Parts: sequence; structure tokens; C-alpha cells
Amino acid sequence: MKPAPFDYHAPRQLKEAAELLATLPNAKILAGGQSLVPMMNFRYVVADHLVDLGRIADLRGIAVVDGWLRIGAMMRQRELETAPEIAQHCPLLAEALRHVGHRQTRNRGTIGGSLAHADPAAELPAVCAAYDAVVHVASIRGIRQVAFADFSTGFMATALAPDEMIAAIDLPVWRQGHGFGFHEFARRHGDFALAGAAALLDVGSGNVVRRAALSLCGVAVLPVRVEAAEARLVGQPLDSTLIRSAAAAAWLIEPVSDIHAGAEYRRHLAQVLSARALTDAARRAGVDVPNVV
Amino acid sequence: MTVNGKAHARIVESRLTLADFLRHELGLTGTHLGCEHGVCGACTVLVDGHSTRACLMFAVQANGCEVTTVEGLTPERGLSVLQQAFVDNHGLQCGFCTPGMLVTLTELLRENPSPSEDEVREALTGNLCRCTGYAGIVKAALDAAQRLRGETPSRSPASGGGEVS
Amino acid sequence: MGAKHFGARVTRLEDPALLSGRGRFVDDMKMSGMLHACFVRSPYAHARLLDIDAKPALAIPGVHAVIAANDLPDPMRSEAMPMLLPNPSISALCTQHVLARAEVYYVGQPVAVVIADTRYIAEDAAAAVAVHYDALPAVGDCRAAIEDGAARAHAALGSNVLSTFQLAYGDVDAAFANAPHIFEDELWQHRGGGMAIETRAVLASHDAATDMLTVWSGTQTPHIGRRMLADLLGRELESIRTIAPDVGGGFGPKAIFYPEEAVIPAAALKLGRPVKWIEDRREHFLCATQERDQYWNVAIAVDAEAKILGVRGRMLHDSGAFVPWGIIMPYIAAATVPGPYVIPAYQLDTMVVLTNKVPTTPVRGAGRPQAVFAMERLLDRVARELQLDRAEVRRRNFIQPEQMPYEVGLLFRDGKPLIYDSGDYPKGQETALADADYESFRERQRAALDEGRFIGIGIGNYVEGTGLGPFEGVTVRVLPSGKVAVATGATNQGQGTRTTLSQIVAEQVGCRIEDIVMTIGDTGAIAQGVGAFASRQAVNAGNSALLAGQSVRTQLIALAARVLGVNESDIDLDNGQAIAETGNKPMIGFGELARLAQGIPGVSLPAGQAAGLEHTAYYTPQQAAYCSGTHVAEVEVDAMTGGVKILRYTVAHDSGRVINPLIVDGQVQGGVAHGIGNALFEWMQYDENAQPLTTSFADYLLPMATDVPTCAIAHVETVNPLNPLGVKGAGEGGTIPAAAAIIGAIEDALSPFDVHCAETPLTPERIVAALRAAGAYEKLFAA
Repeated sequence: MKPAPFDYHAPRQLKEAAELLATLPNAKILAGGQSLVPMMNFRYVVADHLVDLGRIADLRGIAVVDGWLRIGAMMRQRELETAPEIAQHCPLLAEALRHVGHRQTRNRGTIGGSLAHADPAAELPAVCAAYDAVVHVASIRGIRQVAFADFSTGFMATALAPDEMIAAIDLPVWRQGHGFGFHEFARRHGDFALAGAAALLDVGSGNVVRRAALSLCGVAVLPVRVEAAEARLVGQPLDSTLIRSAAAAAWLIEPVSDIHAGAEYRRHLAQVLSARALTDAARRAGVDVPNVV
Repeated sequence: MTVNGKAHARIVESRLTLADFLRHELGLTGTHLGCEHGVCGACTVLVDGHSTRACLMFAVQANGCEVTTVEGLTPERGLSVLQQAFVDNHGLQCGFCTPGMLVTLTELLRENPSPSEDEVREALTGNLCRCTGYAGIVKAALDAAQRLRGETPSRSPASGGGEVS
Repeated sequence: MGAKHFGARVTRLEDPALLSGRGRFVDDMKMSGMLHACFVRSPYAHARLLDIDAKPALAIPGVHAVIAANDLPDPMRSEAMPMLLPNPSISALCTQHVLARAEVYYVGQPVAVVIADTRYIAEDAAAAVAVHYDALPAVGDCRAAIEDGAARAHAALGSNVLSTFQLAYGDVDAAFANAPHIFEDELWQHRGGGMAIETRAVLASHDAATDMLTVWSGTQTPHIGRRMLADLLGRELESIRTIAPDVGGGFGPKAIFYPEEAVIPAAALKLGRPVKWIEDRREHFLCATQERDQYWNVAIAVDAEAKILGVRGRMLHDSGAFVPWGIIMPYIAAATVPGPYVIPAYQLDTMVVLTNKVPTTPVRGAGRPQAVFAMERLLDRVARELQLDRAEVRRRNFIQPEQMPYEVGLLFRDGKPLIYDSGDYPKGQETALADADYESFRERQRAALDEGRFIGIGIGNYVEGTGLGPFEGVTVRVLPSGKVAVATGATNQGQGTRTTLSQIVAEQVGCRIEDIVMTIGDTGAIAQGVGAFASRQAVNAGNSALLAGQSVRTQLIALAARVLGVNESDIDLDNGQAIAETGNKPMIGFGELARLAQGIPGVSLPAGQAAGLEHTAYYTPQQAAYCSGTHVAEVEVDAMTGGVKILRYTVAHDSGRVINPLIVDGQVQGGVAHGIGNALFEWMQYDENAQPLTTSFADYLLPMATDVPTCAIAHVETVNPLNPLGVKGAGEGGTIPAAAAIIGAIEDALSPFDVHCAETPLTPERIVAALRAAGAYEKLFAA
């Protein structure tokens, strides 16, 4: 399983990378390689040029900017897993990262690569959907911002033009003390989720939900924000009945079916995992609820 | 590229994987290929100290990097503490997945000198074994961790035929 | 002589080299002028092969040849591969051509091979070879294969039914006619594979000066391979040497002789250069043989006390497109059903069916896991219906140790009557249950239920015929250096053959283990051999090592006594020295004795002395050696997701006298991992057109370190009375009852919902579907 031949480019500047992507025919971006290279080894993907972004300093770094956490696209998943800024400001991301692949894949895999690859079962896109992340997209035309809801467009498809790359991702920092939860079900440790749920809850006095976000991975061709569930939560006092009601809204999803799992089962998992993720989020927000499921 | 402490300079085809470079250009055949799609972990090496699937990296990407293979984990004479622990705990059978296991465990024990059994198992999910059922590997890892912490006197490397209780 | 090495937990001789990356697997070998191969394979499950246009491939720089069927030498050009295990019930000679001729029968079947400077180039060229096919209807399911109007898996064969046979004894109709209770079940056991981490590999090199063709192959059976190759190339056996070097796992699929093992040597002969072929994982998924896809309909008749009156049923076995290993596997399955139980009447009708998938051949367990699954599910059903404890139902039906040797009433696959030589099944179960804290389980289960957790326990018992013949030879020879050379046809894919045989020889001959120089798996080192499969090497090679070692011991003592001038009874052999235990204890080293044994040119040897100090023994077992065991699995099921976690796994294992407990425990633990895979994870899926759907490790799931707990293993050693060592085989016992125990445990965990489990692997999705059908989720998500 050897890949077809290609020319390799390793630009050191963002501008250079943008120019290469604009001018080279059939060029692919090489970020962590953990998704792309297997496909190249199988020859499912044949690229004439690979543009390796691994040496571009501008694509790295973590910084808090105006209430947002800005993460460079080429930050390795392993780096994010252990970064104190992530744990402090975006703990949902840190929690989800524990489920992403294995240590070897996290050593190389990047957040930008995961978002650009857009596997429906991937955890990071679902987390970005829950956060309403903003994606900074770079090309020779400059940098544009894309709301995550617009970034994810279909089955392994994004709003990226062939000559564009993700430069950074902004995640909003939720109020201190907010609750978060991430639950997924996979056949084995580190496998892609058959379904997963990411939850964020901002709970005010009287346990009233001020703000809620619930997203699902693995159930549709792209990550799904369960707005119906969020609507049931906001403005209501948080307890297990409310969580159960919100999770039931995940029934409204139209799930995919493939050799790993059928639609019926994914729909069922969506509900169960939503309940569990919301339960964890409630507890972390300081609301003591019993297990729902 | 520095491999096991020795510097190498080569011109290679872009698509030559790091695994094939190590095996066939440098003759370091301890790193094995089991799947070439990044699941089995038989090809695991350390790149700048981080466990990496050598089948998913092109040799050119490792330009300027320090790579450690199983050969680099082996002392001039005898076996390392971790390797000896594998001998004593029957941590290998056919030996094909073993170099990858050793590399991953080297990283684990460096980051976490006192892992629990669960932590060892979780660290090994990126390395598949079809022979041992993992028990001997886990025992070896915990045994080596203990010895490296200085809690059990290191055994002198035994040649085959030594007895274990 | 006390047991110094035999029975000891000796650490393995194989380890240091493997641990330091100095293993020598086929792909580690490099030869001057070596070329690389890539096969062109059929993308169709069934098609007529029209023509092959190699010109685009030959135009690529670095490509040396593209070889198709017509480019091969006779007889392999036109004759199909020899049938290894013929059987009168097989209705058609059904083996492949090494490269397809007019028709292809499964996705992945080799059609041509490209030989190039590198594998990279060979793959580029293979993609450029233009092959034209005319697609034919394909058979994707063995049930569909026997329906009226089904497509034909082979265009030339009128029926997809390759073989039907019945195994029976006693009056099954009478047993069922008068039975107080009859319970039936339908079981489906899916396809899976051995999936060794090293794929298949062949390196062939022809030395024109000596006309010796040397083949290194990642095979379990080099001697068989050599014979097959001699037939296919029309060459003298002596002009071929096949060597199995370090092999990264076998588990059954590498015991078969594959087309590639003939084509690569043919290419090396044709091009006059060494040729290496390393299978990649995708090819392995398509072409390495698999196991299972069996549909069972079984019924059990019992009396009011749960004593078995009879068992009967039907089994439908998917053979795939060919039968490289005959019908051995379904036969073994049919013969294994009775297991450790007294079954007065038995009848199983088996139908072996052709489909357009890769062939099925024995994989660890070789049909026995399926049989045990059937039997143990029936017994669990009996327990459930009669409201008895499952262990008690088994206890009431065990063959008792006093009944040994026990004649089951069937013929085993070795052609001999199935007679269990030894075993204590009640003790095995008792031991396992005690170690598993079975008595207190119901309490644990109730406590868990109070917490909303569902845990269950399951039992699996089995009997396994191991140590099959015909033989496995061992040569022991003392060298002038003092070392002891050992050669054997036995092979090693991880089972520690070198270590266990060294233990036996060292024990007999009185040398140190480290002074043994062993050659394994090399047809050049020993004339006849068979290889590793069916858990046969400990019995066959082990006893040959014993006999050869004993003979050399006798020779050493005789010669030493003569040289030292003492009685033979005064001689002790230890650490490579012969020591006279009298007077001032003179001694003489083995090396010097070896030199003396070579004699002096021109001078006759003294009367009674043989030439050299060596002996070759081919121990031949008279029948199989019967292992047994009990597995107890304790699981937790997440009723909401269907996720299963194995909390605890307990084994009581009888493989006779144990040569090296470290190695036997490793085999059991490793076997259990395969069993867990079969029970929960491993499923080779095909669509209805026989297109494989699971062709990578992302889709075909192998158990990880987080999926396989460390088993508690107890040895119950009942000595095999039929061989001098008293040993039985140990390679497959860990796998055989695992699925039965695990599925039984899952069913037990879900007993509040009255769910019935009858398939393997049992996926979380199927568990949730069963729970939903049982009404478990009704109250849960009120909208």
C-alpha cells in the first residue's frame, strides 16, 4: 500500500503556502497526515503535490483574544490536550480530546486537519459546532472568517476552496463556572464515535439555564446542533426531567446508516449520550442531578 | 535526519515513507509494517521524542528531526530494563508488534513513571497484538516501571534459559 | 533424573533478538539483485476473464515483467493447485489456478503479477495493467447459494453445494420422539480471520549453478509448501528448499499454500533474479483465508432432570470459492459438538456451500468454537427453561473421569474413532467456577442491579482433539564443538517452539539450554515435515525431541562409559559433560565424545558403536490427544448503549503435562483474545454480491489492550497416557469456548429483559435492538 508519486513542498511562511495552493494543480495540504496519508496509501486519494504546513510558525500558538481562545490550526492535538489555557478557558475541548484517536495520532494530528477533513464521526468538529467557533481561512486573497455553522457543509465537505487553508480557530470563552460534558460511544477505545454528544451549560441562580449548546457527532453527515434541545433548556430550572426532555429532542435527527451502525441505533445513542453529556455539564455547573440513563 | 543518535543525509523520493526509509535505506529492520494505514502500531518510532506511526509520515517530513527506533532503545550489550521486563513477563510471542510496543511504552514511562494498569492499557490502544492477549505486555510495563523507579533491584540481563518465578 | 527444564517457566530463547529489533522476518531480508512484486487482482467477485493488456505497465521505467497465467511454466500454467485434503464427499475438485485463467471467483483473486525495481513502482504498474472482465452473477451468501435459481459460484458447476455429510450415532429419532423436553435454537456465526500482524510474504531465489530454488515464506508449513511447489513447477523435491524464518503470527491462514507462494518462485526462475513479495494489509483482507459464516439449527432433547437424551441439527457452512483445506473445518465442528458431555444420540447434517468469497480454512479453533457455541447455548437454554443453575445442568451431563478412555461414537478428522484419552471435566469446571467466585455471583449481580448495573456470568466447556499426526521429526546431533544441534520440521510463529523443544532436549541429553543450536522450519535441515496447525507441535515434535534426545543420551552414556572405563550406570550427563560418579569422578566433554564418535579415517568403529552421536525421530501419534477446559466470563452490559465490558475472565485448562507454564499461559491468554474478538468485535462483512465491505483495521475490529483482561489461568493436568511426554496441544484452547462463555454472560446480564443471544459477534447495536424489542426502553424517553 504505497502512495502514488507526488512533489513535496515545505513552505516556511503562510504567504508562500497560499501561493503554492493557488498555483499547483491537484495539491493537497499535509497537516498531521493521520487522515490523509492512510487514504494516500490506499490510493483513495491521489495528489500531485503535497504542501506540508508543519514548518509555518504563524499557524501555531494559543492566545486569549477579547474573550475568545485563538488556536493555531497546526497545533497538535497532544499539545492541546495538555495546554493549561485549553483546560482553563475551553474545558470541553480538553475533555473531547481524550477520546480522539490514540497517543500516536494525537502526537501528529492537528486541530486544523481534523476540521478540514470533516469526518462526520470526528469529535473536534462537534466541539467547534457547540462553541459556535469561528474559523479563520487563509489564501492568497487574505484571511476571511467563517462561522462554524457555515464552515461545515456536507459529508466530509467544508467551505474551504481548493486553494484555502485553515489558519486558526477561535473558540468563545464561556462564563467561568460553566458546565461542560462530552460523551461518545465507540466500539473500542479511540475509535471514531458511532455517536457523540458535546454539551455546554451556563446556569444562573435558581438553577435556571441561561445558555445551552448541544451538538452531536457521528449521527449525520456533519456535526449537528440540536437547537430543539437547546430551546427546551434555556430559561428552565435544570433538573433530570429537563435533561431527559432535552435529550428526547435528539430523536428529531435524521441519522446515517453504514456498516458500523444503522440509523435506528444512532438515533438511540444520540438520545442516551445527549442525556449523559448534559448530566455531566449540569454537575460541573454545580447542579446536583442523578443519572438520567 | 538523526536516527538513534547518528546523522544521515539522503536524497529520497517524496513518497518514500519514514518506515520504508528506516527499514530499507538504513537497514533498521526492527520497525515493522503491519497495516500501512495507521492502526496497528507495528511501525511506531519516536520522532523528536514523540511516538509516531512511521507508515503515516514521509521520510522528507522528518528532515531535521531526531528519530529513535527499537534499535536505539537497545543498549550496546544485553537488554534495557524494559526489554528485560518483557523477557521475564512473557511480553512477546511472535515479536512482530514488539518494537512498536517498546517505543510506545518508552514514551509512556518517560511521561508517567508510575502508571496504573488502566493507564498502561490505554496507552497501548494504538498498538495491536494478536499473539499475547496483552497480559504479558502490561505486566512487563508495570514491572519495568517499578524497576525504573528503583523499587525492585534490576536483574542482570539473562540469556535465554533463565527461570522466572 | 529430576525435571530440571521440563515443566519450568523458562524464559524464551527467541526473545532477546526480537526485542532488540534483530528479528529476521521475510521482509527484513535483502538479496543482491532483488526485485519486488505486486499482484494484479480481480475487483469482481465473479467474472469471466477476457484479456490482459500489460503494455501500459511495461512502459513504466523500472518494470521488468508482467506475468499472467500463460506466461507461467507448466504444469502451473494450466493445472489447478493440488487438493491438500481430499474427501470422498467433495463433489468437485475445487482448487484455484495460481493465476486465473478464464474465470475469477472472488474479489482479490490473483490475475497477474508485476515485477519491478521497488514495490512502489510495482504498485504503479499494477494499477496500469488493463484487465478486461465480463461480470457474472455472484453468490454472496451461503443461504442464498442453496435457493432455487441461485447464481452459480462457479460457472462450470451445476450446484453450489460442494459436500454434504452426516455425523451421527445412536437413535436420535427415538431420543427426540420420547423426550419430555425439546429446545431448539438458530445460531449465526460470522466470518472472521486470523489477522496476524505480519502479512504473508515470499522471497524466492534461484541459484543457477546448483539449480537450487530457495524460498523464504511466512508460512506455518514449509515442507508442505515445498511439495506443492515441486508439483506445480514440475521440479524435483530435492531442488527446492523452503524456509520459514521468523514469522509474525500464524493462527491458521498461513498453513495454507497460496497461489502467490508458487507464482513468486516461478517469477524468480523466469527472471533469473531474486523476487520478493510482501502482502499489504488490504490484500490480506481480500485474499488470506478466513473462518466461519455458519448457520446452525440445533435441538436438544432432555429428560425432566436435564439429562441429555439427544442432540441433532443442521449446519450450513460457507466455504468461499474454493476448498484449499478440504472440508476439515466443518467436519471438526460437527465432531466437536458432543464435547465433554454424555450424549446418547447425536446427528448433525452438514452442507458445505460455495460462494464467491475468499475460501474459509481453519483459523484458531478450527470450527470448534462454533460447535461449542451451539452446545453451550443449548445447555443454557435447558437451564433457563427448567430453572436450574447452568453449572448444575452441565455437571449432570459430564463424562466422568472413570469413564476414560471414552468412545464418543464418531470418527474424528484424523480418520480415527473419536476416543477421549484422558480428562477430568468435572474437576475442570469446578476449578474454574471456584476461581471465578461463581457461588457468590448471584449476590454480586443483585447488588449491581440495585445500582442500575447489569452484570452477568457465562460458562463454556470444551474438548479439543490436538496433537494430530502424521508426525513432526526432530534430529538431535552432538557437535564436535560440544554444542547440540537440533533440527525439526516444526515451525514457529510465536509459540516458542525453539524454547520448548530446547527444554526437552536439554533435559534428555544433559546439556545446557544455551548450548543447543536449533534449526526450525527449514526443509534443508530435515527431510520430512508437516508444520504448525491443529495444536500439534508439542505432541508431535515434543515427543520426537524426547525420543531423539533419549537415543542420543543412550549413545553418549555408552561411549563415555567405554572411554572412561566405567559402567554405564555410573555415568551422569550434566551441563554438556559426561561424569563418572565413581572413583575420582573422571569426566569427558560432549565435544570430545562427538569427535571420537566420528571415528578415525580408515579404522573401523568398535563393535556396538554407531557413527556420530545423533538420532532422528519421527514420533507418530496413534490418535489425537484430547485437551479440555472451562472458561467463565463475567461481563457488564451498558443496557443503554449495548456496550459490553469483560470484568473478569477465568480459565481452567487441561493440556496434559505442561512443558513450559509461561508459554502455555501465554497461549491461553492469547487464545482468549481471539475468542473475545470472535464474540464481540470481529466480522468480515460482504454485501450480497460478495464484495468485501470490511477491508481495513478501521472496519474489521481487533481487540485492543483495553478490551482483553488478564485471565486467571489454572492448570488441570491430566497426563496423556498415549504419548511418552504425556502432553497435549495448547494453542487453541483459549479461543474455543470463549464466545460461548461471553455470549452466555451477556444473556445472563440481560436476564431481567429476557433477551436471547444467538450470534457472534454480538454487537452493541444488536443488543440494543434486542432490548428494544423486549420493551426495555418504552418508559425511557417520554417526549
